[in-house]
Amino acid sequence: MEIKKGIPVSPGVAIATVVMLDAEEFQIPYERISARQVDGELERLEEGFRSSLAEVETLRDNTTVQLGPDVASIFDFHHGVLSQRQLREQVAQLIRERYYNAAFATREVMRRYQQRFLQMEDDLLRERVRDIRDIERRLLRHLCGTPGQSVLDLPETSILVAHDLTPSQTANLGQTGVLGVAMDGGGLASHTAIVVRSMGIPGVMGLKDISRAAAAGDTLILDGTKGLAIIRPDEDMLEQYRAEVLRMRALASGLIELRDKPAITQDEVPVVLMANIEFPPEARTALEKGAAGIGLYRTEFLYLRSEQEPTEMEHYEAYRSVVEALGDRPVTIRTLDLGADKYARSHAREPERNPFLGLRSIRYCLQNMDMFKTQLRAILRASALGDVQIMFPLISGLMELRQSKMALRDAMEDLEEAGIPFRRDIPIGIMVETPAAAIQIRELLREVDFVSIGTNDLIQYTVAVDRGNERVASLYTASHPAILHTLRDIIRKARKAGVPCSLCGEMAGEPMYALFLLGVGLRNYSMAPADIPEIKKVIRSTTIQRAERIAKRVLSFETDRQVNNYLRDEIRKIAPETV
Amino acid sequence: MVAIANEQGLHARPVMRFVDMASRFQARVLVQREDRLVDGKNPMEMMLLEAVKGTMLEIRACGEDAQKAVDALAELVRSGFGES
Repeated sequence: MEIKKGIPVSPGVAIATVVMLDAEEFQIPYERISARQVDGELERLEEGFRSSLAEVETLRDNTTVQLGPDVASIFDFHHGVLSQRQLREQVAQLIRERYYNAAFATREVMRRYQQRFLQMEDDLLRERVRDIRDIERRLLRHLCGTPGQSVLDLPETSILVAHDLTPSQTANLGQTGVLGVAMDGGGLASHTAIVVRSMGIPGVMGLKDISRAAAAGDTLILDGTKGLAIIRPDEDMLEQYRAEVLRMRALASGLIELRDKPAITQDEVPVVLMANIEFPPEARTALEKGAAGIGLYRTEFLYLRSEQEPTEMEHYEAYRSVVEALGDRPVTIRTLDLGADKYARSHAREPERNPFLGLRSIRYCLQNMDMFKTQLRAILRASALGDVQIMFPLISGLMELRQSKMALRDAMEDLEEAGIPFRRDIPIGIMVETPAAAIQIRELLREVDFVSIGTNDLIQYTVAVDRGNERVASLYTASHPAILHTLRDIIRKARKAGVPCSLCGEMAGEPMYALFLLGVGLRNYSMAPADIPEIKKVIRSTTIQRAERIAKRVLSFETDRQVNNYLRDEIRKIAPETV
Repeated sequence: MVAIANEQGLHARPVMRFVDMASRFQARVLVQREDRLVDGKNPMEMMLLEAVKGTMLEIRACGEDAQKAVDALAELVRSGFGES
């Protein structure tokens, strides 16, 4: 049994079998083979070694020609390992004696060697572990066939363990049935963490070497609340956690009761709680948790899950499934917001020096009109099926807004010409997430039907901090007085202008901020589905009067530390179960 | 029994030379360092011996050309694998 500690990014407990997603997306099937298949598997092994060897020889020859024999000699080691029978024999033994399949057996043997090499004292020799990994990858490539977007093949009752997940892989994650995610890298603010949280399954990141320590098929207890990953737990540990799972289920059903109760304060002021989703299947989770609608439907996954741009029909299918699931509840669809940390391979032409401030999101769309209008047409089509709103992200000024609206009008004309129905007066809104938009909010409010405050980016741009940069991540906080004052300002001006204003950043799902936001006039929240029950509890446990008093106090503070201490105290008093 | 003679010890290139030579013989080749015994034809195992300059290794072989194997390999090690 091995207990690993990482960063808890999504609460909950899962007990299931490990399924590995190799760094290069090889999904190593943990199937045992039958006695009959042994010979066939041994042959595949031979073939795998032969092809790998041939590849290395070609590589060595080419390198010799291009860079000289000295450089080419680095492949001697690879050649030696692949041509000597010993390694092959070790793998073959596992196939024969344990009925492992060729890929799994190869991985086993290579991993064991890697572990041993990592323990060597000599630096130079230890470096060889890279060669061994390289050889492993080469063999696996031949033994597994082409690596595919294998995330979709993951079995349902399993926990995904990986070194890292690219945005493209997480884009598909929501459509699998995995019960939890454990990763070597990543952190609380990583895209993967956000996706895992919105899936409502436990997640632990920053485990450093779990992808090496755990093997496919191992039993794993993933405690997303405490940030623990327990590999091959013993009976005691299993019993403990099974009891924990039962306890959590009881808690969850209590929260389900809450689902059907209205989100209304004790002084009878209604609040609208909606969900942020990324994948169509999450619409169902949102409804289960009591969402009154979808406040943010992120559409990036459509662009990240494959190399080609999605077609209008693909867009439409995804939107339709959500709109239909929500019935007459509102769905706010946000146009493409591909950003600095979500760029897919296909979009990285020339890497920008400062992608965060660069051609991303709406700017990228405005410079790629065909692609933009394809999405716009699909959203418009979906507007004929239910209560759909369209939202433009990262708007930093009136020109951007007007250009986006013009593009929308063009898209409307296209559909009219084709005789396809859509809602002409579809509500148009923007995400307020740049300081420029916050400062010019009055002018912007005049030209939109609604606004939604995107605190994630707003905080980054306002405090000038990259939340993904561990060195400064502690500066990223919604409790910064500058942010709190900005929010109060935006919300107040929106109310004055009679324009619906919601908040869809992560802040919306945190109980202590919910108190503050209630007090400065926010009546519309959108958050990860899993957070809805707790926020509803907070709303139902307080009055507007009290919230306003709290907000006033909060706004008098000078530092985030004061804000945190005070809000934590208050939330403990009002809704202790949510702490 | 031989001692590693070259500066860098049993790193990648000498290992490959050792293993290449050992493979030419029919006999089974075993190399022992203190209490660790490894297959002399297995490059990764040989590297894991972590033999550095001065390390004492015992080379054994069994099979048809066992003696020739031992002699040749011992000579290779003593000569520092042709390196300095």
